[in-house]
Amino acid sequence: MAKPARPRAPRTTKSATAPVSTKAAPAIQPSDAIAGEDEAVFALRSLQQAHANNKRYEASDEELLHFYEQMVLIRRFEERAGQLYGLGLIGGFCHLYIGQEAVAVGVQSALQSGHDSVITGYRDHGHMLAYGIDPRIIMAELTGRGAGISRGKGGSMHMFSTEHKFYGGHGIVGAQVPLGAGLAFAHKYRNDGGVCIAYFGDGASNQGQVYETFNMAALWKLPIVFVVENNGYAMGTAVKRGSAETHFYRRGTAFRIPGMDVNGMDVLEVRQATEVALEFVRAGNGPVLMELNTYRYRGHSMSDPAKYRSREEVQEMRDKHDPIEAAKQELLKRGIDEVRIKDIDKKIRQVVAEAADFAENSPEPDMPELYTDVLVGTY
Amino acid sequence: MAIELKMPALSPTMEEGTLAKWLVKPGDEVKSGDILAEIETDKATMEFEAVDEGVIGEILVPEGTEGVKVGTVIALIQGEDDDAAPAPAAAPVAAPVAAPPVASPVVAPVAARPVADPEVPAGTPFAATTVREALRDAMAEEMRADERVFVMGEEVAEYQGAYKVTQGLLEEFGPRRVIDTPITEYGFAGIGTGAAMGGLRPIIEFMTFNFAMQAIDHIINSAAKTNYMSGGQMRCPIVFRGPNGAASRVGAQHSQNYGPWYANVPGLIVIAPYDSADAKGLLKAAIRSEDPVVFLENELVYGRTFDVPQLDDFVLPIGKARIVRPGKDVTIVSYSIGVGFALEAAEQLASEGIDAEVIDLRTLRPLDKATVLESLSRTNRMVVAEEGFPVCSIASEIIAIAMEEGFDYLDAPVLRVCDEDVPLPYAANLEKAALIDAAKVAAAVRKVCYR
Repeated sequence: MAKPARPRAPRTTKSATAPVSTKAAPAIQPSDAIAGEDEAVFALRSLQQAHANNKRYEASDEELLHFYEQMVLIRRFEERAGQLYGLGLIGGFCHLYIGQEAVAVGVQSALQSGHDSVITGYRDHGHMLAYGIDPRIIMAELTGRGAGISRGKGGSMHMFSTEHKFYGGHGIVGAQVPLGAGLAFAHKYRNDGGVCIAYFGDGASNQGQVYETFNMAALWKLPIVFVVENNGYAMGTAVKRGSAETHFYRRGTAFRIPGMDVNGMDVLEVRQATEVALEFVRAGNGPVLMELNTYRYRGHSMSDPAKYRSREEVQEMRDKHDPIEAAKQELLKRGIDEVRIKDIDKKIRQVVAEAADFAENSPEPDMPELYTDVLVGTY
Repeated sequence: MAIELKMPALSPTMEEGTLAKWLVKPGDEVKSGDILAEIETDKATMEFEAVDEGVIGEILVPEGTEGVKVGTVIALIQGEDDDAAPAPAAAPVAAPVAAPPVASPVVAPVAARPVADPEVPAGTPFAATTVREALRDAMAEEMRADERVFVMGEEVAEYQGAYKVTQGLLEEFGPRRVIDTPITEYGFAGIGTGAAMGGLRPIIEFMTFNFAMQAIDHIINSAAKTNYMSGGQMRCPIVFRGPNGAASRVGAQHSQNYGPWYANVPGLIVIAPYDSADAKGLLKAAIRSEDPVVFLENELVYGRTFDVPQLDDFVLPIGKARIVRPGKDVTIVSYSIGVGFALEAAEQLASEGIDAEVIDLRTLRPLDKATVLESLSRTNRMVVAEEGFPVCSIASEIIAIAMEEGFDYLDAPVLRVCDEDVPLPYAANLEKAALIDAAKVAAAVRKVCYR
């Protein structure tokens, strides 16, 4: 499976055996033996090795078809959202997930739905769709209608489904990371066995609160998987222009959080890596940091002309690393009848057309909604 | 079936643009993602991507055309197949431009009148209790009653609280529910907020509210706004508490009253009690509230002793002010430590023949306008005493309310007595000069009484 084409040092070979640190052990270490043991249990690379040993999930044909369908749903939904934005039906900010579909679909497929919790930033439509939330009420939220999942009061960036344990939908870069640790804290406090998945981007990875959270999550062994969706650009700033350490999976090192470097353009690799992470976290070992290398085809938001990268770079990703096309080719290689794939495409177009229709034709929120949901109680 | 390609809106503010360049010509086959044209918006030149697959039919607006309105059909695509999707782009002729905001008369719902303080039955014993103990008792009682309640903050557990407010809680409830954090306000405020979203009832202690500025993003953006943004799905029942306002000789960075900051934000409850009974009854109410609460204490008041009724479950209503000293000549409105100064001033004024009524707001948001206005209707004169900066203060708000809703009651302008409008100085004489005190309150009262 192809790796993302962004120019980066090759990674896969050096991870498992590389020494953790070349620094001499501090003098206060009681003995070399203990120092060595400490380095060993530190285990920063252990999960990378586990991942490397078994890279791709062995999906059944039906599972792969399902992943394909979910990814196509996100792609078509987001394309339609872009179109509705162009028509003025969606306003404000609108961050599309096109190109990153394998991340949400691969991770979600490994979770215990309704048990594990999930939180992300403002690029949230794809995640909601991956969690099986009705596309119509998501689209209706985008168009600001009363039938939207947040009654039209949240918009593109602020959508939630407590029923699906999807906790949003947060507009401040990085804020979802401690909030996610809070959800993980609640899992641990109740001892319910749940894990929180907190998604954030390469841009959010430079926020201070992320590291405050890493520290406490590791200190308290919170059941959380930090998922960095590295799409190469923090708005318009390429990773290498904004990050001293561009290997985000290593950024837990200072907090003894093991990292994994994962190809986020391959839904089966994402799924398998998530299983490795979840097994580690569910065993009570504390957090894992996964870096999912992916790519967004569209601008940061709808009004981003994306002049900070070349058209060739985008085309290269689309042509050679597209997660949906890859899944399709794999299905065909397995001998799945192309008609089944076309049927999925057709069905999804119908679903998205209906969602758009619903979103366009639903009424705006009733005016009294202006004053509802400010406070829960009456004082 | 031909699909109409319309001039897209490519930014939140774009109304028209220039069709700078066509990158396709009739007969070209295009697929989703192909760049069709370059369009100059008010901000930048943007690429216009194909969403549908098909063959370019006709180009209706030639390149170089300026002032093309958003929504104008600029080209036609012959659909590859005419299955399922109903002509997608042909849909809305006029996007429903946001309905004119004044279309229908909008009336804010009238909040149910807050219930009164509970009756304290005759014969109820009272215990002299410090504010510090009252706060601790409130937390302990609520923690006993509700397994979801926990306390988190710096030095709350093993150290027994930087100001000893959490004294004894670790011993009773253990480290699972009384949690020491690293010095990392932004992080643990976020973790607490997330835990509340996840169904727990956190009490987040800030060693002082000055440090909460590190965390204010989570208090406001995450805790206060989520219920609204989620259309009522995501609640955040959390209490952020700790000492607020000037302490003593700790300098400018440790001496600010943040009451007005938080009271500015819809979605928050802001409570700032003065005496022990209010501290206990309101903190218990805050912990039980389904809404995020900012609970502002005062270090200088922690050690003061007041009577607290010995009732099994003494809970006070949020959003209800209290007349702590009835009077007929003038109303002094205050909260937190200011109430002490107001009462002291009232005693002094009584000896001069001015009978001052003192109102303790107790809750800063929602503000109990009714009690303030009712008092003003009787006394016709008002002074607001506030330990905090004067500009955009709670005092400013009370004065605005008096203007808007109590104008006819007024026999004199309402005056505010606040701290001086400077960062709090360290030097003892300058600090004293900067802070409010009873004498300054009394002087303002004499002024509104024309004495």
